[in-house]
Amino acid sequence: MSPLQVRTIARAPVAAGAAARLELLEFFLVHSDDIVRCAQASLDWLLRYAGVRQSACLAVDGEANLLVGIAAAGVPGEDIELFSWPLSDTRDPLVMAVNAPQPVSFKAARPNGHPQRGLPVTPLGPGAFVALPLRGVKESSHDGEGALGLLLMRGPSSITPDVQWLATVLGQKVEQIRGRGSLSEEVRKLRRERALFFTIINAVTDPILLTDTEGRLIVANARAEKLFASSEEESEGRRRAIELNNMLFSAALSRTAVVQPDPEARELLLVDPSDGSDLLFEVLSTTVEDPREGTGIVSVLRNITDLRRATEQIEENYQKLRVAEAAARAERDRLNLIIDSVADPIIVTDPTGSTVLMNAPAEEVFTVGFNAPEIAQRTVQANDAHFSSFISGLLLGVSGPGEIRRGEIALTNPNTQKPIPVEAIAGKVQSETGELTAVVTILHDRTEALERARLFEQLRLGADELQMRVQAATAELAQQNELLRRQAIELEQASRLKSQFLANMSHEFRTPLNAILGYTHMLLQGVAGDVQPPVRRQLSRIDSNGRHLLQIINEILDITRIEAGKMPLQVTDFDVNELVPEVMAELDPMIARSKLPVRQRLDPRIPMVRTDRQKVKQIVVNLLSNALKFTHEGGIDIEVSFEPAGRTASIAVRDTGIGIAPEHHEKVFEDFRQVDDSPSRQYGGTGLGLAICRRLASMLGGRITLTSNIGQGSTFTLIFPVEAEP
Amino acid sequence: MTDQTNALILVVDDYQDAREMYAEYLQFSGFRVAEARNGNEALEQAFALKPDLILMDLSLPGMDGWEATRQLKSDERTRHIPVVALTGHALAGASDGAKRAGCDSFVTKPCLPDDLVVEVRRMLNAVQKQV
Repeated sequence: MSPLQVRTIARAPVAAGAAARLELLEFFLVHSDDIVRCAQASLDWLLRYAGVRQSACLAVDGEANLLVGIAAAGVPGEDIELFSWPLSDTRDPLVMAVNAPQPVSFKAARPNGHPQRGLPVTPLGPGAFVALPLRGVKESSHDGEGALGLLLMRGPSSITPDVQWLATVLGQKVEQIRGRGSLSEEVRKLRRERALFFTIINAVTDPILLTDTEGRLIVANARAEKLFASSEEESEGRRRAIELNNMLFSAALSRTAVVQPDPEARELLLVDPSDGSDLLFEVLSTTVEDPREGTGIVSVLRNITDLRRATEQIEENYQKLRVAEAAARAERDRLNLIIDSVADPIIVTDPTGSTVLMNAPAEEVFTVGFNAPEIAQRTVQANDAHFSSFISGLLLGVSGPGEIRRGEIALTNPNTQKPIPVEAIAGKVQSETGELTAVVTILHDRTEALERARLFEQLRLGADELQMRVQAATAELAQQNELLRRQAIELEQASRLKSQFLANMSHEFRTPLNAILGYTHMLLQGVAGDVQPPVRRQLSRIDSNGRHLLQIINEILDITRIEAGKMPLQVTDFDVNELVPEVMAELDPMIARSKLPVRQRLDPRIPMVRTDRQKVKQIVVNLLSNALKFTHEGGIDIEVSFEPAGRTASIAVRDTGIGIAPEHHEKVFEDFRQVDDSPSRQYGGTGLGLAICRRLASMLGGRITLTSNIGQGSTFTLIFPVEAEP
Repeated sequence: MTDQTNALILVVDDYQDAREMYAEYLQFSGFRVAEARNGNEALEQAFALKPDLILMDLSLPGMDGWEATRQLKSDERTRHIPVVALTGHALAGASDGAKRAGCDSFVTKPCLPDDLVVEVRRMLNAVQKQV
C-alpha cells in the first residue's frame, strides 16, 4: 500500500552538527515522558540530517509479545499506528532483527513483483530497508537480551555516525521512559484507541477523508481508499480512474475551501474504479483545527447515486402522477361543466338514496340558503320528499342493468313558488359485478312543453274556428253568388221582357197609328172627294199630332234597341263630304219652312271614313233639326273638319238660336229632357233626340260636345274616329 | 206582264182597317186589288189569282207572313211574284228575317198610303226591267 500523496517534507539531507544533536536532546528533555513524540522527533531528525527518506519506529510490547509501530516519517501516519507484529516466531526475519546484536539489512523484492519470501511487510512498504535494534544502557550490558525496539529506515546507503548516534540516544530514551513503567500502558492505550478509531471509520460505509489545507490526504478509511488509493500492481484503468477521482476531489475541496468555508453539502461525481460507472457523492466537508497537525479538512462522502436515481425516479413518478392528476381533474371539471351546462336538473344518488352530486339547475330546486324564507325551505323539503319517493321505487325494485324509470313529479320552484311539472328519467349505474353503485336522474322541465301543447291546442281551436268561419263565409258567398246569378238571370229576363214589351208596344202603337195617319193622308189627298179648307186645317192637325206621336214611338224604340244591343254597328266606307248635303236634302222641307240660311263648310282633306253611316247620319239629322227648331233668326253653319293627329272627323252644327245656359249643358243629353220641362213648353220634341245621339256617338267610339250660352247660340259637335272599332 | 196600272196587287193583312185602307188607296191609285186576312188565304189567293205583287204583313194569325212568303217563293207557280213585306216591328233583324224568307222589299209601318204606292210602283218597274 503506497499512498499517492505521502507526507513528504522535502528537505536536503545535511550532516547533523552538534547543534542539531543538542536540539533533539533538548526535545527529549521537554517531552520526557511521551515516547511517541520523542520517536517522531527522532525520525524527523533523521530525515533532515541523516539522509533518510523513509523511516519507522517499532517498539516491543513485552506483555502482548508484539512489535508495534509508534512513529513513522515519509509514510502515512495511520500505517504505522496500525502496524503490529507478533514476536512469538523467533525465525521471523523482523523478530530475528529485534534479537540481533547488529543492524540487519533486508533486500529488495524481486523484479517479478512478488514479495520476497522472508521479507517482512513493514510500514515502509515493499523494498529494501535497514533495521536497527534500539537498546538501552542496561540491555547493551546484557548481550543476547532482545532489543526495546527497531528503527526501520530506507535511504542512506550505509549507517552513518549520525544514525548510530540517534539509535543510541533513542534507545536510551525509550528505556528511560519504559523504565518508569509508563511506556507500555501508554502505547497500548493509544494503540487501542487508534485501532478502534480506524475500525469505526472503516465500518462507516461512506468514504471519509482527512486532508490538509493543501489537499494532501492524511487519513482515509477503507471505503475512501477504494476510490482514492491504488497500489502499483493495480491495472492501468483502475489507476487512471483513481487518479481522476483524486483530481476531482481536490478540485471539489479547493472550491469548498475557497468559496464555501462553512460546512456545506456539495455534490461530487466520481468514477467507480472497479467497473468505471459513475458514482455521485454528496461531500460534507468540515475544517478542523489541530494544534499538532495544523488545519485539516474532514470530508465525508455519501454515495447518493442510488438516492439520486431514486429521487429522479420519484420525481419522474411524481410528474407522471401530477399529469395523471391534472388529466383526471380536467376530465372531472369537464364532466362537471357538462353536467352544469345541462339546463335540466341532474341528480346522482347513491344506493341508500343519499344525493351524491347535483348540477346547478338541480341545486336551484333542491337546495336553499339557510337564511332563505321559511316557505322556500318547506318547498325544498317537499321537492326532496317527492324526489325521494320517486327514487325509492327504483331502489327497491329488482331490475337488471340499464333499467330506466320514468315518472312525473310535481315540483315547485322554491324562489318563485311556481309549479314545475317535470318528467323524471332515472337510470341505474351498476358496477361490473352487478352491484348498484348509483342512480342518475334527469329531471326534464315540462312547463314549456305543456305550455306549447296548450298554445298548440288553442291554435288548433282557433284554426278550427277560423276554418268553420271561412266555410260559413264561403257558403254564404256561394249563396250570395247564386242569388246574384238568379238576380242577374231575372234582371236579364226583365230587361228582355222590357225590350220585348216595348217592341210589342211600339208595334201595337204603330198599327192603329198607321190607320190614323193613312186615312188622314187619304182624306187630305182627296180620295173621298174635295175637302173644305176648315176641314183640311183640322185634318192637318190630326196629321201633325199623329206624326209627333209616331216620332215619339220611333225614338223610344231606338233607345230600346240600343239598350237591348239590337242596333249593331254596320260599318261601311263613305265620304262625310257627301253625307252632309244628303242630310240637308232630307231636311229640306224643314229648312224651307224655317227661312234660315243653312251653310255647309266641307273639308276636302278628310279621307274616306269607315264607320256606321246610318248612325252618323241620324246624329247629324237630329242636330240640324234641333238647330232649326231653336233658331228664329240668324243662320246655321254645318262644318266638317279632320284632325289628322287623332285621326278623328268632326261635324259641327252651329246656330244663332236661344242658347243653353252652362248649367244645363249636361241636362240636355238626359232622357226625355229639354231645358224647359214645363208641361206647356214652347218647343216640341220628345226630349229623347240628344240622348239617342249621345248613345249613338258612343257606339261609334266618339262623343258630342256642346258650346253654348243663353242668347249666344249653340254649337253641337260630333267627333268620331275615322276608323270605328267593330 | 200586265200594264202597271192594271196590275193586280194582293194585300195580306189581318188588321182590317189597315188592309182596307191600303186596298182602297191602291184602287184609288189605279190598281186592281185582292185581299187576304192570313197566310193560308194569301197562299190560296196567290195560287188562284197569280197577282203581280203581294203586300205581305208579317204578323199574321195562323200561318204568318214569313212562312207564307217561304212557301210562295218555294213554289214554281208563285216564285216570280215580288213580295213587299209590311211590318210594324221596327227592331233590327226584322227586315233580315223578311229577306231570308224571300221578301223582295221591306216597308215599315206606319207607312202612308202614298209612300206605299211609290214602293209598289218601284217594285213593279224593277220586275218589268228584269223581264
